[in-house]
Amino acid sequence: MARFLARRLVLMLLTVIAISVISFFIIILPPGDFVDRLVQEANQYGENLEPHEIEDLRRNYGLDRSAVEQYFVWIRNILFRGDFGYSFGWDLPVSELIGQRLGLTAFLSVVTLLFVWIVAIPVGIYAAVRKYSLGDYVFTFLGFIGLAIPNFLLALVLLYISFRYFGQSVGGLFSPEYVNAPWTFARFADLLSHLWIPVIVLGTAGTAEIIRKIRANLLDELHRPYVLTARAKGLGETYLLLKYPVRHSLNPFVSELNDLFVKIVSGETIVAVVLGLQTTGPLLLEALKEEDLYLASTLIMFLSFLAVLGTLFSDLLLMLLDPKIRRQAASREMM
Amino acid sequence: MTYVAHLSHSQLVMRRFLRHRLGIFGGVMTLLIYLVAAFVEFLAPHAPDTYLAKDVYAPPQSMHWILDGPDGRRFQPHVYSLRSTTDYNTGQRVFEEDPDRVIELGFLVRGDSYKFWGLISANLHFIGPKDPGERVYFLGADRLGRDVLSRTIYATRVSMTIGLVGVGISLVLGIAIGGISGYFGGIVDLAIQRLIEFLQSLPSIPLWIGLAAAIPPTTPPIRTYFFITAILSIIGWTGLARVVRGRFMSLKDENFIKAALLDGNRPVRIIRRHMVPNFLSHIIAVVTLAIPGMIIAETSLSFLGIGLRPPVVSWGVLLQEAQTLRSIATDPWLFLPGAAVVVAVLSLNFLGDGLRDAADPYAN
Repeated sequence: MARFLARRLVLMLLTVIAISVISFFIIILPPGDFVDRLVQEANQYGENLEPHEIEDLRRNYGLDRSAVEQYFVWIRNILFRGDFGYSFGWDLPVSELIGQRLGLTAFLSVVTLLFVWIVAIPVGIYAAVRKYSLGDYVFTFLGFIGLAIPNFLLALVLLYISFRYFGQSVGGLFSPEYVNAPWTFARFADLLSHLWIPVIVLGTAGTAEIIRKIRANLLDELHRPYVLTARAKGLGETYLLLKYPVRHSLNPFVSELNDLFVKIVSGETIVAVVLGLQTTGPLLLEALKEEDLYLASTLIMFLSFLAVLGTLFSDLLLMLLDPKIRRQAASREMM
Repeated sequence: MTYVAHLSHSQLVMRRFLRHRLGIFGGVMTLLIYLVAAFVEFLAPHAPDTYLAKDVYAPPQSMHWILDGPDGRRFQPHVYSLRSTTDYNTGQRVFEEDPDRVIELGFLVRGDSYKFWGLISANLHFIGPKDPGERVYFLGADRLGRDVLSRTIYATRVSMTIGLVGVGISLVLGIAIGGISGYFGGIVDLAIQRLIEFLQSLPSIPLWIGLAAAIPPTTPPIRTYFFITAILSIIGWTGLARVVRGRFMSLKDENFIKAALLDGNRPVRIIRRHMVPNFLSHIIAVVTLAIPGMIIAETSLSFLGIGLRPPVVSWGVLLQEAQTLRSIATDPWLFLPGAAVVVAVLSLNFLGDGLRDAADPYAN
């Protein structure tokens, strides 16, 4: 177990380095930068910038150096000074802008992950055990619908429902009076009351997928001889189910790459824009449109980092749950 | 089960597929949707970009079949013309049907002229007002008074093909890279597998947005279309490559492949005659299941305003019109493209499920 953890951590370090490279170059390599954007804006106001003025601007923003050089300056400042760079668009240090938003994104993603597991595992078990029952059909149908509706559409529909029938303040994670308030219990409660829409929107597709997988996996297991043996020995049905076949049915989630959390973090961007959440999504979209180099790179880097961390965490959780997964993970590392 | 030993592999796959009712339903729907995509110009009552200021946000008109005229009742599809008044209390325009003004509809009528597939000039429409000067809105009009139904039909072509083209590019990449991985094995395989795992561990939507935002707004529509498909494929190929590699690896060790090899078959013949039929059905199933993801991704990017842009009409571009709560509350018909997305994605999922079950006709 310790060896496995150590190897995973080393692998993660390499992953993080690769992530930082990709996050930076995905923004800087396409043609056009923030200064181009400024020049364009100036042109719209009928102002024409002289070539040397444009040069000066580039130098001021540090955009005159080569991409590789800029990358190393950025990384050096992160490592030695904890400085993630400066947001051109906001005129603020990146770290000041993203702190709370990143926390909210992480919180929302983790809550969604828990929601998916809490809903999907029991429902999947139920659908497999009561195969072809009314409930099974209902969940299968809901599952298909959940997979087919794009997140942003579901978000719009739920917004409308909450607005029309619950009279809740529309969108966002907080009621207006709490948006800029310091953290108090009341603000936290307010957050929780707004959380259900994004959690449902983000979790539906994943829930549908996991229900289907657990149902299929469990159906394969339910007729195995070991289940019959356990039943013959007089084990209670529920205990038997949870102790053996269910744990088997959770097994493939680790071996075939657990990408649920990645999808949640990924989908959060769009959902947050549609719902106007105070998370990283809208900030990232804005930064990308403005070619706000350091802000966009830092956000993409942290989101990827969050996804990797979450995957590791849920792998570990499942390993605690199931000794078979532990052994499998260990043997996979041997290869 | 009946005696099936004389059936070929493809016949077995077919038999298996025909037993999957939902799969057949999905297949028929998918076929219909692609037929719509092929004949958009003919099926849409109007051109997608013609507009009429007086019909801004006109609600859907209901179609009637029997007309009571001066010369008695006769079969004549028609709608009633819309009359709008402004409600001065709310400032909103209120539409009502005017029973005195009948717009007669006909099948195979002459209307807005178009170039079929950009090649053949024509003006024949499957359904539309008999008088080419009139307009009909079966599913309402948008903020410029353009026909939502016609625009949704036109969008079918762009949205449905972007899935196909995107998956096509992913498939080529996936087969090439997955094949190399499976063929060479060893360190190459290890490196490619780690690369795939790494790419799959990244959140795809922020990356897509990052790449899509880099497309300048002035890019011509065709090139934007190509860029978007390329961006979607950058991550899309990983899943397909894994499947190809997996099938390749497991087939390599099958006894019938070894037997064919020992019989002196050349590698090309082994691949074509023995391996391809065995994983072709799997690949088709995986590809079918990959298309919906592409459609949803395109729709989402366009919805955010960084995918396809007007004047291109795709479902995502059309849904940009429905971004506000106001539109849900007052003009719900603007969500028709959303319904089209859901129907298309469901159909492809059903079809893909059926194909996946059929791909392995020997399993129970």
